[in-house]
Amino acid sequence: MSNRVALFTIVSREVLRFMRIWLQTLLPPVVVTALYFIIFGNLIGPRIGSMDGFDYSQFIMPGLVMMAVITNSYSNVVSSFYSAKFHRSIEEMLISPMPGYLILLGYTLGGVLRGLVVGVLVMAVALLFTELRVEHVWITVIIVVLTATLFSIGGFINALFAKSFDDISIVPTFVLAPLTYLGGVFYSIDMLSPFWRQISLANPILYMVNGFRYGVLGVSDIGIGVAIGLIVAMVLIAFGVALALLERGVGIRS
Amino acid sequence: MTERALSIEGLRKTYSNGFQALDGIYLDVERGDFVALLGPNGAGKSTTIGIICSLITKSSGNVKVFGMDIERQRSPVRRCIGLVPQEFNFNIFEPVEEIVLNQAGYYGIPRREARRRTAAVLQQMGLWEKRRGSARELSGGMKRRLMIARALIHKPQLLILDEPTAGVDLEIRRSMWEFLRETNRSGVTIILTTHYLEEAESLCDRVAIIDRGRIVEHGPVSDLIGKLDVETFVLNTRAPLRRAPALGDYPVRLLDSRTLEVEISRRHSINVLFERLSVQGIQVLSMRNKANRLEELFLRLVDRGGR
Ligand SMILES: Nc1ncnc2c1ncn2[C@@H]1O[C@H](COP(=O)(O)OP(=O)(O)OP(=O)(O)O)[C@@H](O)[C@H]1O
Ligand SMILES: [Mg+2]
Repeated sequence: MSNRVALFTIVSREVLRFMRIWLQTLLPPVVVTALYFIIFGNLIGPRIGSMDGFDYSQFIMPGLVMMAVITNSYSNVVSSFYSAKFHRSIEEMLISPMPGYLILLGYTLGGVLRGLVVGVLVMAVALLFTELRVEHVWITVIIVVLTATLFSIGGFINALFAKSFDDISIVPTFVLAPLTYLGGVFYSIDMLSPFWRQISLANPILYMVNGFRYGVLGVSDIGIGVAIGLIVAMVLIAFGVALALLERGVGIRS
Repeated sequence: MTERALSIEGLRKTYSNGFQALDGIYLDVERGDFVALLGPNGAGKSTTIGIICSLITKSSGNVKVFGMDIERQRSPVRRCIGLVPQEFNFNIFEPVEEIVLNQAGYYGIPRREARRRTAAVLQQMGLWEKRRGSARELSGGMKRRLMIARALIHKPQLLILDEPTAGVDLEIRRSMWEFLRETNRSGVTIILTTHYLEEAESLCDRVAIIDRGRIVEHGPVSDLIGKLDVETFVLNTRAPLRRAPALGDYPVRLLDSRTLEVEISRRHSINVLFERLSVQGIQVLSMRNKANRLEELFLRLVDRGGR
């Protein structure tokens, strides 16, 4: 009972935070996605023709949604948790009887909700540019939620180690962005030479984008079972690592 | 339960940069005590408090709160403690009311009850009118009161305040004292640090003095002051003096032409001092203690190391 109240407190505080600053949190992904659709979907897309049997704008839609979900869940947790460290308001939680896993869970759920809200908004934008039909609703939902969970936890770990505001933008810029762009958002890996295809298979984001594409369009470069299994495994590992770091007080208790 | 409110044994802390802040702290605080933790800047007060409140990890030693180990019985220990930290540690962009409500939430207090208690503590701390504004809009003294309100939300049995009256105006300080006395009378054990020794003398029944990571003195205020074997007095004379008069075994210094500083030990009496002054034709207009007595004791204790 008391844990439920505490969890609810963190989650509602997190949701309130990103809703309050929607200009920085919810609007940018909408604008960026709209630009992608205008440029790649409407202007360049027709010259590209079809990919995996779909209009180019239809093909990129799942990837663009996933891109928004990934960056937004990650940055929600990393900036919110790092700010709490910076303002020292994290001490409010550290002195309380809340167990560590609850703090982690609360922030993760906050990040997942941000990812989902943005995902839905981006899909709504996509509807303006392309027709949308979701082939496998449940797979789509599962993939999105799992991916958002994974990157929320990732943001949490990043925030634990971060010592300045610069440290919270390094991973999104130099790791997440390249992996996402190379994760098959804009192309099918079948277009690549065998060598680069193999390399691409080591990119975890590829599995998420393709899993999601399978859910929406019904096509994928990767087996859907493999994709889901892999993401679940990564979520579990990330949760374990984050919890161990948190319990040891890494980056939060001197 | 008869356990002590707090019991610290051999507590040591070495920070990650290799600095040893605590060098074997031993301290017992009984239930219902009102203790002042005194010490110069950097003595280790906040470090000790941080460890008790699980904000800092200890290097070695034992800390028990109401008989419970702070590491093995984390959750019940934390429920007992309310902390008012030395530095502001809330999100200044959050509304005042939300800061307190969220803290209640972290302690698992259901929303409805949390709202009731939040209203009560904010009114008590004179912040009710400010509840909707963000914490950034509060003055320094108000921010400190906000932290007190927040610390009270779960009705702690042990209240720890790290310099709660720093930067608080005289009137509010008095009302804070009254409030703390009342809280203590209601059975809450209080530990407070302060650099205002008159505050410690007027509020607390016991004092612990910490210096360089060790407790150098601990006991009832009156006992400690009783240990003071020398007091320094400042005398103002009617006529200007050219040099300090010879007063036998009373050490004396001339501060300026009309001001003398004299040390009087317990073996001597003030009467004899005045006799000697009159013999030399020196008339004293007024006399006062150089420092308040606790202050004097404090300075003598922490000066020992030749700081
Ligand atoms: N995170 C830290 N890393 C390294 N050294 C630290 C850290 N925090 C405190 N110290 C050092 O530990 C010593 C004790 O600090 P502490 O904050 O406990 O002092 P204090 O008694 O509260 O002083 P004050 O009256 O100034 O508040 C100081 O020398 C301080 O520089
Ligand atoms: Mg301090």
